[in-house]
Amino acid sequence: MAVDVKGGGIVDTDEGAQELTPTRKGMEAKELLREVGCVLRLSEADAEALEPGPDDETMIINMGPQHPSTHGVLRVMLELDGETVVRTKPIMGYLHTGMEKTGEDLTFLQGPTNVTRMDYASPLFNELVFCLATEKLLGIEDDIPARATWIRMLLCEVNRISSHLLFLATNGMDIGAVTMMLYGWREREEMLRFLERITGLRMNHNFIRVGGIAADLPPGWRDEVLGLMDMLPPRLDEYDVLMTGQPIWRERLQGVGVITAQEAMALGATGPILRSTGVPWDLRRDAPYLHYDQLEFDVICGSYGDCFDRYAIRLNEVRESIRLIHQIVDMIPPGDYRIQDKKVTPPPRARIDESMEALIHHFKIFTEGFKVPEGEAYAAVESPRGELGCYLVSDGSAKPYRMHIRGPSFFHLQCLPHMMRGGLIADGVAVISSVDPILGEVDR
Amino acid sequence: MTALLATGDPLLAGEIDGGVILLVLLKTLIVFAIPLVLTALMIWVERKVHGDMSNRIGPNRAGPWGILQTLADGAKLFTKEGLIPERADRLVYRLAPYLSAVPAFLVFAVVPFGGDFNPRSDGTIDGTVTLLGNATFLQLFDAQPGILLVLVCSSVAVYGVMLAGWSSGSKYPLLGSVRATAQMVSYEAALGLSLVAVVLVSGSLSTHDIVAFQALPGRGLLPNWNLIVTGVVPFFVFFIAATAEMNRPPFDLTEAEQELVAGFNTEYSAIRFALFYIAEFMATITFGAVIATLFLGGPAGPDLGILPGWLWGTVWFFLKLAIFPFIWIWFRATLPRFRYDQLMDLGWKLMIPLSLGWILLLAAIRSADTVGTDGQRIGYLPAVYVGAGVLLAAVLLQASITVGRRRRELADLEVFD
Repeated sequence: MAVDVKGGGIVDTDEGAQELTPTRKGMEAKELLREVGCVLRLSEADAEALEPGPDDETMIINMGPQHPSTHGVLRVMLELDGETVVRTKPIMGYLHTGMEKTGEDLTFLQGPTNVTRMDYASPLFNELVFCLATEKLLGIEDDIPARATWIRMLLCEVNRISSHLLFLATNGMDIGAVTMMLYGWREREEMLRFLERITGLRMNHNFIRVGGIAADLPPGWRDEVLGLMDMLPPRLDEYDVLMTGQPIWRERLQGVGVITAQEAMALGATGPILRSTGVPWDLRRDAPYLHYDQLEFDVICGSYGDCFDRYAIRLNEVRESIRLIHQIVDMIPPGDYRIQDKKVTPPPRARIDESMEALIHHFKIFTEGFKVPEGEAYAAVESPRGELGCYLVSDGSAKPYRMHIRGPSFFHLQCLPHMMRGGLIADGVAVISSVDPILGEVDR
Repeated sequence: MTALLATGDPLLAGEIDGGVILLVLLKTLIVFAIPLVLTALMIWVERKVHGDMSNRIGPNRAGPWGILQTLADGAKLFTKEGLIPERADRLVYRLAPYLSAVPAFLVFAVVPFGGDFNPRSDGTIDGTVTLLGNATFLQLFDAQPGILLVLVCSSVAVYGVMLAGWSSGSKYPLLGSVRATAQMVSYEAALGLSLVAVVLVSGSLSTHDIVAFQALPGRGLLPNWNLIVTGVVPFFVFFIAATAEMNRPPFDLTEAEQELVAGFNTEYSAIRFALFYIAEFMATITFGAVIATLFLGGPAGPDLGILPGWLWGTVWFFLKLAIFPFIWIWFRATLPRFRYDQLMDLGWKLMIPLSLGWILLLAAIRSADTVGTDGQRIGYLPAVYVGAGVLLAAVLLQASITVGRRRRELADLEVFD
């Protein structure tokens, strides 16, 4: 990283200046191109001809890292012409805790505890994708008991609902419908309460483990989850009354933050952002993992690629998840909840009291972990935010040689300058909100 | 009608003695205390009702049902250290909160908060009550330009907001104050134009006379309230413009938390912030009072017994006043915030033309009964002409707005920058 102080005390990185350059004079066309966020609409030659415009009529303003609507610690530098956003630069790293690097120092057994903290709004997906990649490396992905797989799907769909409810809550709040925030939080709390009943924790569950899940479902889970699924639809209809049909709500979101399918794909967007442009891309259907290929569900798609589409997609994905959960509940078979492979599964607690071998086995697994064959694997799941991928390289030891997480929020942040250009500050807030970034996942 | 007009407060007409001075002092105290107490209650009610609407409990610690929460907040704010940013313009920065708070108090001086507006035995309505042996209005000051004072005060309050943002020496407050200036200036126009309709039908600027006019018997069971007499539209325009004028949601762009952190008062703390806070919530009370006075007959209402007759005016007044703050709380709990350009569109392209057209129409209709220079009754023909003209203008305006929007969209498509 070439650290060089240019004019205005701007720190340079090998990806260009880290912050928004205070003046556009003397800026290279390439840099300008990147900063105005029109990578896809202009050729570099056109950017060369782009008149930078007067500098003294614009104002650079920092939104974040402490700002009510930047969802955590995102910092967005804006160049404003009056209230109109000219340039945007998202700056991240304020939540960087080095989780990917930490992952290299933790065994595969400890891995889920680490990754679950990345996208803290949908922790189960992080665990799932890490376990899928590890199981691929171990070559046991086809031996996972059916019950474990179906329970994983159940939990993930409940988690998807809770994550989307969080989005609906914060989106409502960002547009100014403060009541929606409490409504969304209220329903999310019910979901978290259910997850707590199953996993013991409201968040950061560490419940999906390599080879299965940590524990079987407690008695009474079926009534509880079905009760939740009966509770939700009327509440979602309430949201429709409060927001979807609201003229001010529609005015604020429709036609705001538009991105086309081509641009979204070139910028690496997935999930609701890509689907809002009309591309029906959902890994659950297009690259099925777990048993999603046995289920009946629709991929919700938008057509304009604006904030309203992204809002409506998430709202309707909650309905789709309810549909999925109804199917999953009927499909969960009896049987083991984790693989009976001595290599990755510790012996049952009862055996430890009577067998020295079992005690040693248990001790070895939890101190040294299990060795994973050399190789590399990539697994991807459709998280509430988009394609969540995990790339693992193993050198044959009990710890990954390299772990990389493809966090969808990271890719969506780079769509921000593009979507925010030309809008007002209020539109910018709506756009950030509709991207639904989770900074824990961006910074990792 | 002469009985209604030209009287003025009888208290000050005669000899000024100790009783009169005592009454004036008493009224001053009341006019100062009522808004203050109501504001404290309003803050509590807002937090309670808003909490209830969004499934929360709201404040419940300080006093019974948390009713003393505002006092606790006030005590905290008044004892905190007031910071002044280094880059602030110190004089203006200190002045601004008072520019906001003082006008908020002043408005109440011209609002009749009580009085017996029922017809006397000789059929006149004087709206006086007799206290300490003196007949008096329950109103601090019945100024002849009465209702204009309300406009003046709300205009001056704009300066408080504007200067606060400008003098903070910070970017978010600056954006907030720019928004505030544009918003308040444009909604002031709508506010003033809808007032014209009221003045037109009441025939007076004095708030007392406007109430007295509304106390006259109406048609059938309907009261003679300006809400009905002016044809509802000015009421709605005034109500919405008032919402925008005092920065209540969904028009709270100047302090949009999600966009501008706290808008114009971002850099304010302690007592100066408290003054803005008080001014803002007092505005809901005073504007509620003004709307009740202008459109709902203020203290005019029947004497239902039980209480002494002169008190009923006050009861009616506060009942009518309470409606609007509640609606504003309701707005806040349900409506998303407007965007800056949408707000301007609503103001300039809908509210102002609407109230302009309505005034023309109202004037034409009301002139139907007057006798022209030729000794003939004017009749409804001019009203029909005016109506047609207003309709044509509305269609043309709408067409031009549509064309303008289409041009803008095309321009967006053609040119990138």
